[in-house]
Amino acid sequence: MSEISQEGGGGKKKGGKIRAKKTSTRIDMTPMVDLAFLLLTFFVLTATLNKPQTMEITMPEEDEKEPPKVNEKHVLTLVMGKNDKIYWYIGITDPEVKVTNFSNTGIRKLLLEKKRDIPKLIVLIKSLDESKYKNMVDILDEMNINSIQRYAIVDVTKVDKELIKDVQL
Amino acid sequence: MAKVRPHRSSPTLDMTPMVDLAFLLVTFFMLTTKFATDEPVPVDTPSSVSEIKIPDTDVLTIMVSKDGLVFFNMDGQYNRADVLQKMGTRYGVTFDQTEQHAFAVIASSIGVPIASMKQYLDLGAEERKLVRQEGIPIDSLHNELADWVLESRLTNRRLRIAIKGDRDADFPTIKKVIKTLIDRKVNRFNLITNMEKPA
Repeated sequence: MSEISQEGGGGKKKGGKIRAKKTSTRIDMTPMVDLAFLLLTFFVLTATLNKPQTMEITMPEEDEKEPPKVNEKHVLTLVMGKNDKIYWYIGITDPEVKVTNFSNTGIRKLLLEKKRDIPKLIVLIKSLDESKYKNMVDILDEMNINSIQRYAIVDVTKVDKELIKDVQL
Repeated sequence: MAKVRPHRSSPTLDMTPMVDLAFLLVTFFMLTTKFATDEPVPVDTPSSVSEIKIPDTDVLTIMVSKDGLVFFNMDGQYNRADVLQKMGTRYGVTFDQTEQHAFAVIASSIGVPIASMKQYLDLGAEERKLVRQEGIPIDSLHNELADWVLESRLTNRRLRIAIKGDRDADFPTIKKVIKTLIDRKVNRFNLITNMEKPA
């Protein structure tokens, strides 16, 4: 493997004249190569290639004047509950609360349907205290996937809790 | 009749190009590798389809662990030392040069209330790993995180704020962190997520 001079180290000429031994300019690179590959392997294996992604969110300022008024028929409220459940209803006056989940046929289908039916759809995202952080990220992700432009993260109200209680029973 | 012998080529080969390449790669990986920091608690971030990458510098990371503890991290050694000093002044704790240095070089997140920070920094690097950190207080009455955020932003104006929450972190804790940020007029921030796993 290593490179060793082929010419035979000189000095064995027939002339008999004593000459300085001509040393080869080639050096054995094997140890260096070994080391280089060792280091290479080490760095390749330790390199953290995948940088984490981020999601940018912008929250409204708290001391803003009146929150904008919207037609309640355009409002879809999603309430994140325990065990990855999503309670949802349209409007505020006497809504019919339904339950769905984070599967493809659940929330995604619902959002697509609602987006088609209600052109000016506004989604309110509320999270119960029992819900997990994951649920919030997932729902924001769904907003992204379904390209819903208008949504807001808001606190759960007492009314919401009452509504949900009815469904659970 | 002469026997035809195959020409026996020498088994040596010129390794120079290979070595060149090897060293090039070594150099590349050496310079690009960023060692994963030893975090006090493991955090399993939720996944998303978002493709925005987090910037390398000027990031303040607020980590929320599974059990609702809050940790603080920020890049830039000089900024870190500066922030610590400002926090000390605010809370009436003085940190000497060594403690400031210790704080500046810790690359991992810190979840120690300012009152016990001095004690924590006086420990050796190895002992520090064994300490069970109790998280930065974020109660509405005693909210140190708010001050950390404020002082960090005063120190480094270009700071971006990122929340790195565990997927199973309770929502109320996250809500408190977000509320703290909004109270400090940080309305735009990032949520650190993972790549979506193909279903």
